Amino acid sequence: MPERDHLTVTVQRGGPDAPLRPQTFEVPAYDNQTVLDVVSWIQQNADPTLTYRFACRVGMCGSCAMMVNGVPRWTCRTHVSKVLDGNAIEVGPLRNLPVIKDLAADMDPFFDKWVAAEGMHHPTRTRDDAIEAIDPVAMERQEANAGIECINCSVCYSACDTVAGNPDYLGPAALQRAWTLYNDAKDADRDAILDAVSGKGGCHSCHSMGSCTAYCPNELDPLSAIAGLKRATAKRFFGGRK
Amino acid sequence: MKVARAHPLWLAYLLHRLSGLGLALFLPLHFWVLSMAVTDAARLDAVLTLTELPLVKAAEFGLVFLLAVHLFGGLRLIALEWLPWSAPQKTWAAAAVAGSFLVSTTFLLQAI
Repeated sequence: MPERDHLTVTVQRGGPDAPLRPQTFEVPAYDNQTVLDVVSWIQQNADPTLTYRFACRVGMCGSCAMMVNGVPRWTCRTHVSKVLDGNAIEVGPLRNLPVIKDLAADMDPFFDKWVAAEGMHHPTRTRDDAIEAIDPVAMERQEANAGIECINCSVCYSACDTVAGNPDYLGPAALQRAWTLYNDAKDADRDAILDAVSGKGGCHSCHSMGSCTAYCPNELDPLSAIAGLKRATAKRFFGGRK
Repeated sequence: MKVARAHPLWLAYLLHRLSGLGLALFLPLHFWVLSMAVTDAARLDAVLTLTELPLVKAAEFGLVFLLAVHLFGGLRLIALEWLPWSAPQKTWAAAAVAGSFLVSTTFLLQAI
C-alpha cells in the first residue's frame, strides 16, 4: 500500500434545519484507523458542530452505522484501509431514514416497524411457573439462534431497495425478528406474528434482492428469515399448521 | 451519494426483472402474429418470411437468451424462497443442476 499521510474525507452535512451539502476535510492517516475514528477526528479537531452517533465502539450497540462510499456499514469496525477509494472516503447518514442532522439518522421508523412486525415477546408462562426447558439442538431453536445476534444497527434497512421504494415495507431487521420469535418455543402467539407480517408491507413485499444479507455486519441472513416467513404464511393460508 | 449495490444477488434480481420485461413486451407481438394463422394465412406467411432476415435471426437469439435467463432466474427464486435448505445445500444443488445440464446439452448437440 502506498504511503499517505492524509485522507480526503467528504462528509454529508445538513438536515431539516440546514441545506444538505457535502463538506470535505483533510484528516491525518494512520495505519490502524476506523471510519468512526476519522469522523471523530473531524468532530474533535476540525469542526465541533459535526453531528454523529456512536456508543460502544466495539460492534455491540448498533449506533454508529453510516453510508461509507455508498455502502451502509458499522463504522466502528470498518477499517479505512478496506474501504478507501483512491485516497478518499465519502461518509453520509444511513439511507432510507430521515436525517436529524449531518450523520445522525432518525431511527424511529426503523424501531416502529419492529413493533409493527410483532417483534415483541408473547410469554407462555408467568413468573410463578418453572422455566421452560429448551432443547438447544431442535430445528426450530437453530432457526431462532440464526437471527438473535442482530444489533439493530439498521444497515440492512438502509441497504434494502424495497424499503426505498415502499415506505410501508417492514424491512429486513423487523421481519427477521418476527421469524426468530416465530421459531421460539417460548413465544405463545405465532398467529399474531404471521398476521403482522402477512399484511401490506409484510414479508411478501420482499423482492429477494439480498442486499440485507450481503451487507449485514454480523453476517446474519435476513433474506432466508423472510423466505421462512413467506413459507409459514403461505402454509397457514392453505390451511396447514406448523 | 451514489449507492453501491452490485452484488451477485442484486444483479440476479435485475437480470430477472429486465428479462421478464423484455418477454412481456415480446408476447403481444407473438400472439398478434400467431392470430394471423386464423385470420389471414397469406399475411402470416408474408410475416414469417421476415424471419429469414439476419436482424430477425439475431433478435431470435436474444429472445431465447431472455427465455433461458428468465426460466433459470425463476427456478432460482422458487428454490430460494420455498426450499428451507442451508446455503451449502443450495450451492451443491445448483452445481448438480448445472453439471447435468452441461452433460445433457453436450449429448443433445452431438445427436443433432
